Amino acid sequence: MQTHRRMLESTPHGPNSGESPLLRTTGLTKRYGDFLANDSIDIDIWPGEIHALLGENGAGKSTLVKAIYGLIQPSAGEIRWQGERIVLSGPSEARSRGIGMVFQHFSLFDNLTVAENVALGLDGKESFKDMFARLEQVSKAYGLPLDPRREVWQLSVGERQRIEIVRALMQDPKFLILDEPTAVLTPQEADQLFIVLQRLKAEGRAILYISHKLEEVKRLCDTATILRGGRKVETCALRLETAASLARMMVGGEIKAVKAASGRKTTALRLVVNDLSLAPAESHGVRLQHISFELRGGEILGIAGVAGNGQDELFAALSGERLSHAPRTVVIEGIAAGRLSISQRRKLGAAFVPEERLGHGTVPRMKLSENALLTGHAASGMVRRGFIDTAATLKAVDRATETFDVRKAKRDPEAASLSGGNLQKFIVGREILRNPAVLVVSQPTWGVDAGAAAVIRQALLDLASAGAAVLVTSQDLDELAEIADRIAVMFHGRLSAPLAASEATRERLGLLMGGSSPESTEVVHAAGA
Amino acid sequence: MELVEAIILAVLAASTPLLIAAAGELVTERSGVLNLGVEGMMIVGAACGFAGAWLTGSTFIGALFGIVAGTLMSLIFALMALGLAVNQVATGLALTILGIGLSGLIGAGFVGERITPAMHLHIPGLTDIPLIGRVLFGEDGFVYVSVALIVGVWWFLGRTRAGLILRACGDNHVSAHALGYPVLRIRTFAVMFGGACAGLAGAYLPLAYTPFFIPGMTAGRGWIALALVVFSSWRPGRLVIGAYLFGAVTILQLHAQGWGVGIPSQFMSALPYLATVLVLVLLSRARTGGSTAPAALGTVFVPDR
Repeated sequence: MQTHRRMLESTPHGPNSGESPLLRTTGLTKRYGDFLANDSIDIDIWPGEIHALLGENGAGKSTLVKAIYGLIQPSAGEIRWQGERIVLSGPSEARSRGIGMVFQHFSLFDNLTVAENVALGLDGKESFKDMFARLEQVSKAYGLPLDPRREVWQLSVGERQRIEIVRALMQDPKFLILDEPTAVLTPQEADQLFIVLQRLKAEGRAILYISHKLEEVKRLCDTATILRGGRKVETCALRLETAASLARMMVGGEIKAVKAASGRKTTALRLVVNDLSLAPAESHGVRLQHISFELRGGEILGIAGVAGNGQDELFAALSGERLSHAPRTVVIEGIAAGRLSISQRRKLGAAFVPEERLGHGTVPRMKLSENALLTGHAASGMVRRGFIDTAATLKAVDRATETFDVRKAKRDPEAASLSGGNLQKFIVGREILRNPAVLVVSQPTWGVDAGAAAVIRQALLDLASAGAAVLVTSQDLDELAEIADRIAVMFHGRLSAPLAASEATRERLGLLMGGSSPESTEVVHAAGA
Repeated sequence: MELVEAIILAVLAASTPLLIAAAGELVTERSGVLNLGVEGMMIVGAACGFAGAWLTGSTFIGALFGIVAGTLMSLIFALMALGLAVNQVATGLALTILGIGLSGLIGAGFVGERITPAMHLHIPGLTDIPLIGRVLFGEDGFVYVSVALIVGVWWFLGRTRAGLILRACGDNHVSAHALGYPVLRIRTFAVMFGGACAGLAGAYLPLAYTPFFIPGMTAGRGWIALALVVFSSWRPGRLVIGAYLFGAVTILQLHAQGWGVGIPSQFMSALPYLATVLVLVLLSRARTGGSTAPAALGTVFVPDR
């Protein structure tokens, strides 16, 4: 009840103002078998507000917006649009009523042109030529430049998102849903997006903004609805909340702060990359160009950058999934390893955790013990005279389970049956328990809930304290700031010189992520001063 | 002159079933479905087409029988691969095996029977022009239909909104679904169109190519049609070139034997497939980005509702 009063005082609109909300869900429930993805959710959206929808992975955010956008039918409850009860037959009806959506994983067609992609998102009542003209006009009016003739695969992530936004705006929506729009943007690109969103708000449109970046939400949004485990926790005015109080509501408790052991000592060089250049293996791939860095024991080097700038290719070159041309390009523990296989590199003491949990880090339909064997067969004594030591593989599973609190239904389930966070804890644990001298890990907490993320980050810090060299690739700048000693940025297959974590401000990293060289950064600073 | 005209006519006749079947399969594959059952749908179309023509005495009704038979066969595929989300490759292969058996059963009673072959167009004056007269104005209806069909497919895919939506389903079915397009329904129509074309192409063989039915008379043409779609890199314009090229190779192989050229006929029969492999290699080398094949080709889609 108290919550409710707080909302009345803080939002410009309320039931008292006499008007009805633009959109109201009452008791909205979506059931998949026994599982309640949404449990009786009430939410009000008012015109001219930016409403944040917060929650961890699996809290039910996507299910809720899919129901509002007509992609799935709710099992119970009702949706009212401008006071009138509606049952949406599908997204096209939602669009025709004025509900637009920008998806998290873009709903774009790589081999079609920008104009064709936009046409597919509209109802097709106007001719292609008129649509083309209107597309150019809208993209100009909102400062979202686009070339309608290019095919999508040629475009950057930021440009792709622009297509989605322009497509939604061309329907002149009263209500726009954005699903984690800044997850793939540089900080500067995100700022540009916020300007557009503020303008939409000023035009009287309502925006539902899904995110788990709390600082960003506080900056941009007016109200927030927090979901946890499929239920609504609260709707609150954001100016009365702090990032910490929001996080508590999302998680339902305090998150343990990650602590670095003080006075970590750096030791000998453990991983050295000398002028590594590699042509892409796939047609969409990135060419690695003259990458060099050194990493000592006890040190964590972070690699930031927008996805698709060569991080995957660098991981493949380090892990041995792709061989480089000269042995000296990759040196592990003083041994030239550029031409060595994955197993040989593991025997040198290296361990690797790829970004993709299912399909790269594990074989989804294999048991955990079998997955433990897959990376442990060469260097962990799980194979005796050519036969698998089943007891040893099970023991590895048990140790990872205990040490990293992996929650699972039985002792040795299939990898695919674990939740993302638990599987990631298992994969990281599997490698860390081998006591590697060098750990290369890619996006360690991508799509992992906050609790598991804290466990994983702590484990990486502890490993470094124990003397290992850790290389972390991540798109999450907060994560890198939290654990890395130095941060370098990957852009178009090149790696910037590492910055000490204390000097690596969001602004400097953001400029590097957008492709500006450090020199031009200095110029900007000088001009500003 | 006579010989050149005869060769051109023979090449057109040999290419027409390839062009019709491949045009249908091209539409199916552009929607993201790989139906390897073309051979099976063709042979059932051939048996039913002959039965229809023999029973009614009409080539037109025979062709309709072929179209309906091919469509029904493709519906079996659609039910399995789209409705029940079974692996498309396995379903397509099973459809071919089923089709070969079924056509033998349907056609058993018709082996040895003869029908009047399809009428050829005759326009006095025009048809009698030497060399090109009979090629342009003296063909049977199937040849004209095949040309109209491929032009229609080109126009549909490249110029209409429905064609754009179909291509979108083939490129990314998750996105198409998210935008609210009924992916499975669109794909079912595409599969049915492919089946109808394969059935018509099969019916062409006993109705116009040879005026009788023998079991297994498609003789691998369904597989050539599949290869052709890849050869064309899923583009209708290149499909025309490929179909006539492959048709020419089959005819040349006969003439080469007649002239006593010392190339084994088996090698000539294998040429279309070799050409397909070569084209695939060249395409992937020349490619700078994007994918030539529909990106979702052959992948199973189950909408979440």
